[in-house]
Amino acid sequence: MEGLYCEHMTVRYGRRTVLDDISVGPFPPGRVSALLGPNGSGKSTLLRALAGLGEATGRVMLGVDDLTRLNLAQRTRRCLYLPQALPAMVHLQVLESMLAAQHATGVVPSDVQGDEIDAALHMLDVFGIADLSMRYMDELSGGQRQLVGLAQALGRHPDALLLDEPLSALDLHHQFAVMEILRRETAARQIVTVMVLHDLNIAVRMTDYDVILREGLIIAAGAPEAVITPATLARTYDIVARVEKCSRGLPHVMVDGLR
Amino acid sequence: MRVPDESVGTPSVSPSAGLSDYAREVRGRYQGLLRRRMGLLGLLLALIVASVVLDFSLGPSGLSPSALIRTLLHPHHVPAGQGVIVWQIRLPYALMAVCVGASLGLAGAEMQTVLANPLASPFTLGVSAAAAFGASLAIILGWRLPGVPDAWVVSGDAFVFAIGSVLLLDMVSRRRNAGTGTVVLFGIALVFAFHALVSLLQFVANEDALQDLVFWTMGSLTRATWPKLGLLAAACVVVAPLSFAASWKLTVLRMGEERAASLGVDVPRVRRGALLRVSILSALAVSFVGTIGFVGLVAPHIARRLLGEDHRFYLPGSMLVGALVMSLSSIAARNLLPGVVIPTGIVTALVGIPFFLGIVLRRRSMG
Repeated sequence: MEGLYCEHMTVRYGRRTVLDDISVGPFPPGRVSALLGPNGSGKSTLLRALAGLGEATGRVMLGVDDLTRLNLAQRTRRCLYLPQALPAMVHLQVLESMLAAQHATGVVPSDVQGDEIDAALHMLDVFGIADLSMRYMDELSGGQRQLVGLAQALGRHPDALLLDEPLSALDLHHQFAVMEILRRETAARQIVTVMVLHDLNIAVRMTDYDVILREGLIIAAGAPEAVITPATLARTYDIVARVEKCSRGLPHVMVDGLR
Repeated sequence: MRVPDESVGTPSVSPSAGLSDYAREVRGRYQGLLRRRMGLLGLLLALIVASVVLDFSLGPSGLSPSALIRTLLHPHHVPAGQGVIVWQIRLPYALMAVCVGASLGLAGAEMQTVLANPLASPFTLGVSAAAAFGASLAIILGWRLPGVPDAWVVSGDAFVFAIGSVLLLDMVSRRRNAGTGTVVLFGIALVFAFHALVSLLQFVANEDALQDLVFWTMGSLTRATWPKLGLLAAACVVVAPLSFAASWKLTVLRMGEERAASLGVDVPRVRRGALLRVSILSALAVSFVGTIGFVGLVAPHIARRLLGEDHRFYLPGSMLVGALVMSLSSIAARNLLPGVVIPTGIVTALVGIPFFLGIVLRRRSMG
């Protein structure tokens, strides 16, 4: 089987079971997938468990490789989780922070000609922020730091990129720009990209595979049109919603009220 | 699963037209930055050497430079008193200042990084207070570790409590869900607890012991001896390379604990290693010279302002700044008031604070 998937995953925080024996995926390579669901439904927990952070039982597979057999450093090289918290406001230049991320577990081989500075600049350029390379992290806006965080992550060339609400610090322009970049890079590198999203319209328009969670259970999984329906939204969010075609024939989610 | 590299190298974005020119410029500026930082480290080192020479040359006995050099080169051909002044007082004091400053500077720098708190230091998290309690047990109650020679009793007791306090901090940091805030609050609780215990002992102490203890807690380099100096220097030589080897991981840790973990850094392990190094350096330094913790708080801040937070420069920078501040304090302590050696702990704070405020309050940072 291709892609990233897990089998019989259980995660407990103390006595509370957050994820109970769930199997999900495969999240397909070359495409952007989304995890949807209300707050506290276990989306971040699932992403972290897939990446091997925190304690979880169950098996995580990437293609034919069992990631659960790898140690933390090897595993994070293959499958990288990007936390929701922005990179801290440290007195470190953007370029230095890229180099540090590269060196965190030994230097990751680059895919561009030249040295690590070229590689870092190339990756910053992918996200359109090469001009920030000599600025200090503690001078940047939240959105800019978010873009640096994404560049750090992609710069390590993972096979799977797990993003926890990567759009939350971004304005509308950058939300769409980042989605475009992620779709493009995901396809070009044939990596698995999974992100936690709250905006259903971005999910329905710009992702290819969606999973909806509620209280640690999978409500639905599949193509966006099949997953984001009035029935599942009602079950997941307790809302009355419609999914209609807009004037250009694209699906659009509208919320009419609470159930 | 990954597509062969050549097809990934030219993906997606054609790097904007001017990127190679831009890369050349950035590389030049980055290398300039590295050179400037190396230069700053060199300058700090030179200042330390100058400060040690000055510290060594100045003193109430008014020995001339030629007499000092003669005593250094031919210790057996000079009057005995002169030899004692040079070899048993001036030289160990001057070198001890450097070692203590370097130890506390490095300990403070690592503590601030792994506890993610700018207020962390051996002084603010109870290591100094614990050492003071150990010292007070020795001075007031005469409690001693079995088998410790007389000259080491106070330092020995102080060391046991200092290292115990760091191990307690480490235990708290290992608890599940113990955030960095918890560890810092626990450290502050330690400070108050040990201060209260020291006060209790002071309350029951006789006058002589009380005077000894108060003097001890003020911190003084006059307790320097060659064996203690050697032990502390050896600890620095062993521990510092281990710290430097963890530079990249510590730099990544500064960007956030969760982010560091997601980049493959084993955060609990890095934190444990750092706290172990911190415990050795700070406990030794504080137990030998008393409460001179302030430099451990200040030196990292100064180093961060001067050198940024790339730990390859920040850690050695913090060591050197600590050593320089201590050495300057040592000069001031012995020369500020004629004929009196002011306890170095007092002077460190008085010398360090203006320096510190000047750098922290200056808005434009350099790097």
